[in-house]
Amino acid sequence: MAERERRSTPPFGGVFVARTQVLDADDVRRAVWRMAHEVVERNHGLDDVILIGLQTGGVTFAVALAEALEKIDGTAPPQGTLDVAFHRDDIGLRPVLPSAVTDIPADLTGRVVVLVDDVLFTGRTIRAALDAVHSYGRPRAVQLAVMVDRGHRELPIRADFVGKNLPTRSDEVVNATLEGVELGELYKEAR
Amino acid sequence: MRHLLGIADLSADDIDHLLVLADSFAEVGRRRMPKVPALQGRTVTWLFYEDSTRTRLSFEQAAKRLSADTLSFSVSTSSVRKGESLRDTVETIEAMGVDCIVVRHRSAGVPHQIARWVSASVVNAGDGWHEHPTQALLDCYTIREHLGGLDGLRIAIVGDVKHSRVARSDAWAFTTMGAEVTLVAPPTLLPPSTEGWPVRVSHDIDATLGEVDVVYLLRMQQERMTEALIPSLREYTACYGLTRRRVDQLGEKAIVMHPGPMNRGVEIAADVADLPRSVVIDQVRNGVAVRMAVLFELLGSGRREGDR
Repeated sequence: MAERERRSTPPFGGVFVARTQVLDADDVRRAVWRMAHEVVERNHGLDDVILIGLQTGGVTFAVALAEALEKIDGTAPPQGTLDVAFHRDDIGLRPVLPSAVTDIPADLTGRVVVLVDDVLFTGRTIRAALDAVHSYGRPRAVQLAVMVDRGHRELPIRADFVGKNLPTRSDEVVNATLEGVELGELYKEAR
Repeated sequence: MRHLLGIADLSADDIDHLLVLADSFAEVGRRRMPKVPALQGRTVTWLFYEDSTRTRLSFEQAAKRLSADTLSFSVSTSSVRKGESLRDTVETIEAMGVDCIVVRHRSAGVPHQIARWVSASVVNAGDGWHEHPTQALLDCYTIREHLGGLDGLRIAIVGDVKHSRVARSDAWAFTTMGAEVTLVAPPTLLPPSTEGWPVRVSHDIDATLGEVDVVYLLRMQQERMTEALIPSLREYTACYGLTRRRVDQLGEKAIVMHPGPMNRGVEIAADVADLPRSVVIDQVRNGVAVRMAVLFELLGSGRREGDR
């Protein structure tokens, strides 16, 4: 789940303090644009492609990616949102956000599902998402697009489309939005 | 939240949280494969000292859709018949390793007592005339689904209020969520006192129907009536039943609810129960999502630490 969410909800509550700006809004826009081209290239067009943004941080990137794809290919692929909370392996360790809505507009059987998230970290969110996707059918393929790959994987999962590879320490926090990508720390109390 | 024993323990925020959570589980129910692994490895068991169809099946469906294991237990074929005490029964069940016990009992307060004995979560599925909190939650959910919310609504609860745990839980839940509740019943079917209840009381259904958004009909609980409280069922129907003629007094958007099982022809006319404005089947459907939300909140949400 998104870094931002982890910051703002107990028991992971605290205050994010940015130390370094890694990308600004223009950089993010260019990265999304490049990833959109890669999606079209990899799939020889957009036939059967459906974008699914992971709640909550991936949703805005899925929308941005869809807009870019529409400009490239003429038509926007269908979009959905997915909250993987009920499929997590660390359920009980973190709270569920009831406001995160799941909306999958179509049967996924035979489709090419492109999961979109903001930050790829341990890979556990993606594992949960792969599990959840199969509740909606049997996709022909599942691909993964992330704005930031920050390393520290705990599962054999990799992204197909990456906005920025960002080496990090595991105690750092990455904040990725359409406004930019920041690297910083999480503090328990406001400073 | 560790146990769900009664609506009276819940705040408007608590109820709202559960209803929003139930939205997520309603989505799960619409999936091609309507099952999530959220409560894998947890065990839920039922301790029903009273008959039930929908509540028990609904809890079972909810637990299975959350991938919890369920231990079925039927009081009528168990050692309870050999005279085993409630406490021994409960401790035996707990020793086998259950995480949640769903209890229905003819005496008020039994779930509360069990909650003091065990470390498992306890859900009250109806205790005597006292409370039936998951019914109230699914009723709130159904009203919210049809009318957008409960705040400012006028709701009439009609019928055998005296013997009804549903009426008690609903009255608390509806008023907590901002609705105005009127109990409509003959004096013999009302509790001796409604002091302390945030409700109005009326004995005239015809004066009430025109101004309400929801008519909630209660079942005539003949199995609980030990004395003659009404002259006859036919007379009850004439005075308090929701007949076709009375339905026409309702506002255009008003809905008709019933916790089931319905006595068609007594508290509700047979054809009224099948009108589009009757949402009885929606109540049953929503019951699964709402009970998933309750089980998940108690067993899986991670809000449990230090949150008693």
